[in-house]
This record gives sequence, C-alpha cells and structure tokens, in this order.
Amino acid sequence: MKNNRIKKSKLSNFKNKLDFWATNSEEGGWNISSTDEGSQKMLENENEKQIKIQTGTEVVDDFVIDEDTSDDERMIVNMGPQHPSTHGVLRLQLELEGEVVRRVKPIIGYLHTGMEKTGEELNYFQGPTNTTRMDYLSPLFNELVFSLTTEKLIGIEVPKRAETIRILMTELNRVSSHLVALATGGMDIGALSMMIFGFRERELILNFFEKTTGLRMNHNYIRPGGVAADLPDGWQKDVEEILKIIPEKLQDYDDMLLDNPIWKGRLQNVGILTTEECFAYGVTGPSLRASGYSWDLRKSQPYSGIENYEFDVPTLTEGDVFARWRVKVLEIFESLKIIEQAMNNMPKGPYKVQDKKITPPPRKRLDESMEALIHHFKIYTEGFKVPEGDAYVAVESPRGELGCYIVSDGSAKPYRMHVRGPSFCNLQALPVIMTDSPIADAVAAIASLDPVLGDVDR
Amino acid sequence: MNPEIISTTTEEYKELIESLKKDGFEMMVDLTVVDWFRKKEPRFEIVVQFLSTSKNSRRTVKVFVNDEDLTIPSITDIYPSANFYEREAYDMFGIVFEDHPDLTRILMPDDWEGHPLRKNYGSGRIPVQFKNAPKVD
Repeated sequence: MKNNRIKKSKLSNFKNKLDFWATNSEEGGWNISSTDEGSQKMLENENEKQIKIQTGTEVVDDFVIDEDTSDDERMIVNMGPQHPSTHGVLRLQLELEGEVVRRVKPIIGYLHTGMEKTGEELNYFQGPTNTTRMDYLSPLFNELVFSLTTEKLIGIEVPKRAETIRILMTELNRVSSHLVALATGGMDIGALSMMIFGFRERELILNFFEKTTGLRMNHNYIRPGGVAADLPDGWQKDVEEILKIIPEKLQDYDDMLLDNPIWKGRLQNVGILTTEECFAYGVTGPSLRASGYSWDLRKSQPYSGIENYEFDVPTLTEGDVFARWRVKVLEIFESLKIIEQAMNNMPKGPYKVQDKKITPPPRKRLDESMEALIHHFKIYTEGFKVPEGDAYVAVESPRGELGCYIVSDGSAKPYRMHVRGPSFCNLQALPVIMTDSPIADAVAAIASLDPVLGDVDR
Repeated sequence: MNPEIISTTTEEYKELIESLKKDGFEMMVDLTVVDWFRKKEPRFEIVVQFLSTSKNSRRTVKVFVNDEDLTIPSITDIYPSANFYEREAYDMFGIVFEDHPDLTRILMPDDWEGHPLRKNYGSGRIPVQFKNAPKVD
C-alpha cells in the first residue's frame, strides 16, 4: 500500500513535469492559462479614466478612430518583457487595430530588486555602491546625486578639484549614455551600423572609466566627501583623444543619418510629445528639450560648480522622435565643451575633504599613524553619522531630473532613501507617443524616450 | 536649491495642491512616503516634490497619514504624473489613494502580501516562485 502511494506521487510528479514542458499538448493546456493568467483581461475591465490614460488622450485629445476597422481586427498583444526593443524587461500591453496601436499599458516591476530597502541597510559610505546600480547606463550620476544629498545633510563642501573631477566624469558619462541611446535607437529602427558605431565610440569612454575607477560600469567612484581616487597619470592624453575622436565620429553619424531620407521618413512626425504633455507627465531631460522647452538643471539649478562652465542648452521645437534623436547628438557636443573646459582648468589640491571622520585616510598613513588607523577602522565598520533632517537634491542626468531624497535619523544609515528615477516618470508618457501610429513606429518611440529599466524598477 | 516646505493635513491636501497648480508649479516631480514606525504619530509621512520651471523654484508638501485610516485623496486628476508614484506608494507602503484610476501594485507581483518598504517588514530572503507555475525539481 505504502509502496503504491509513493509510486502514485512519483507519477503525478512526472506528469507535472510533462505538463510544464509540453504545454502544447491538450492535457497540458491548463498550464498556458495559469501562467499567463489575466494577461488578456487586463486591458478589458476598465473605466473611462483608465482608457483615457491608455489611449494617451488625458491631456491633449488627438485620438483619431478610423471607422472602417471592424472588431475582428482588434487584438490585444503582449510586447515583452523579453523583447529586444523594450530596452530591458519592460512589458507593454497593446491593443492593436490591424497594425495601428490604439491603447498601451506599460507594466513594470520585472527588474525590481528592492534597492530602496537595501539603501536603508547600508551606511552612507556604502550607499553609492547601491545607487550606482540603478541607472546602469549613467552610474556616475546616481553616485553624484547620492553624494550631493549626503553632503547637503552634513553641510560640507567638497574641494574644488573633487568638484571638477565630478563634472568631468559625469559629462563623459553623459556622452557615453547618449551614445548608447543613439546606438540602440538606431538598432530598433534597423540602422544596424549605427548600433555598432555607437557602442564602438562608447568603448573609448568606458576604457577611460576603467583606468580611472577600476570598473567599466557600477564604479562607486563619486562618494560622499569627494571622489574615491585621483585621476590616473596621463589622463589628459586619454581625454584629449576622446575629445578628438568623438566629434569626428559624430560627423560621420550626421553624414550617414541627418539628410538620409529613410531615417527622416521613419522618424519625423512620429511619437509627438507636446510641452503641455511633458509637464503633465513630468517628462524632463532631452525629451522636454526636444519639445521646445529650454529647461536644464545644469543652467537653472546648478550643482557641483557647473555654473562656471560655458555651454548651450540645445532646444528643438518639433517634439517628435527625430527631434529627440537630434537633441541627444547636439548635447554630446555641449558635453564635450564642458569636458574640455574641465580638463584645461583642473585645479590642484586634494580630491576629497580632509575631514578624517568622513573620508578614509590614504593607505600610506595607516602604517605611520595610530589615529589614521582608528579613523580608517571607524569609517569601514560603522561609517559616519549624519545629522537629523531630510534633503532633496536633483541633478540633470542624461534622461532627465534625477533626484534623491534622504531622511536621516542621526545614525550612520539613512532612515529612508528614495531615488526619483527619470525613466520611471518618463515612462508614463509612453501611451501618448505610441498610440495612433503603426507598431513599427511604436518601437522607435520607445527607443526615443531612452528608458533604462534598472532605473524604472530600482 | 532648498525647496520651501509646506506641511498640511489630509483634509486640506487637495486644495493646497490645486492652489500650487494655479501658482505655476507645472510639474509634480516626486511623491514618496516615509514610515515613522513607533517614532512618530501619525505613522506615515507623504512627501511630494513640486517644480516650477517658469519661476525656477521648488516646493515640498508633507502630509501625515494615520495608520488606521491610510487614505488620502489622489492628485492624479490635477497632475497625471502622480499616477505611477501613487501606485508605487500603495505598493510599497499600503497607502490608499482615493479616486485613483488604477490603484494596483506596480513593482511587486499582483498577489504579493505585505508592503515591503514598511519598517516592520523584514528584509530577509523570500523564495520567489512565478505565479501558479508548477514546481519542477
């Protein structure tokens, strides 16, 4: 009897396995319905308000219904989460009429790893290791905003050299991030050479990052109180090379794409976002500037001494995918200007604050001084205490306003650490730019917003 | 740039937001919650950041929400960008936003229990299994 039971359970186990793999068979059919449960229904039972959001007509009503389409052509399709042109694990529920997108519902959370919860368990010294992994294409901005918020809470100012290194590194990061945006944007539309070009030029900058910080991504380089290490010997040569090569290559991109009728035909008048809609959905960064509103936190609310540099804010008025692509190219030129100025005016001096309670002493001092050893031990075991209070600081990341809100209860760990990711907010504008256009244009529209899912889900 | 901080109550919250919108604060930039578990009463503090691009200034609105009540009016009809943020606050802290068009979980799976960013929610590892997927060992 007992034996029999074991056999039975073994058999059912086997059947389960079979069901799992053979979902095409008639008996395994229940599996299909259970694993994608509700996927077709999510768009159906909804109220008027939701439909307005999903058709992108909440702010400006430009919804056009072609009367000819019958219900047979109406179809609900899941795009993603595993889809190459959704830039990660973004899932979109689309209602299609023939080939035209009518309604869009973005579904996120597939990359959620609870970084804000983790941030409450790491001290301020460890904090940048966590935040740098959020927006993995512009990690230095995440470190910068965390460090600036912490410094604001403590009330310290970093030395001039640290500020200039921060500007130099973040602007290089903006160039590399925009290059990826151009590359993947080109790839989604079918300009595969653009993809290879963009990643090739980005490699130059990543090599410099590797030389300076030790890593290509997730650097943990900008820390509260300054930066982790000084620039390597002969860094000017590398930066000069970047400054020489990238404009040449950008010229190549322009020769290839700017007057290219196919490129223009695919991108112009696609995915239009008006200034009004940008404000309503909180869209910032290049997308806002492409919609004809000149707003850049580097100019209006400067951080880290960026008000001392000369640069322009490129603004275009069309608000379509082409304008968003063009603004990114122009911004690279402006960033290169800032990099050149930072390189030529690099001040001498310490690269982190000399307060031994906040930044660890150099390795050499540990062998000589007992106090240095104590400070070193204290910082690496307990971290430093930050006075009670809360602060919100925002910087201009390649995707828009990147904010950090930290609440401190006077201990060495943040009581609450919240990061306002620009991609999270920009994603809300997806229905506006995707609806009423063919699904092939929708892909271009997603790429133009340049969402990074690590930043969306955190 | 230091934002000006305005504290308000849940009753006056919506009126205040409407007046901010009229004052030229075009963007609601951020909405988040702080859980003052056993430290402050009422327990939840909602922190909303506003930005005015025309005046180049910021405002922070702070509202305390009671642990028993947990409800606050939604501001999605004034600022559509609040949609995702309010869903995130609901997901992570369990704050209920009245008249929100689609108040569902946004980052966690639909059938998740508990609200992860609350202070009394442990941060241990939880075995994660995909929804209704049969176990394969």
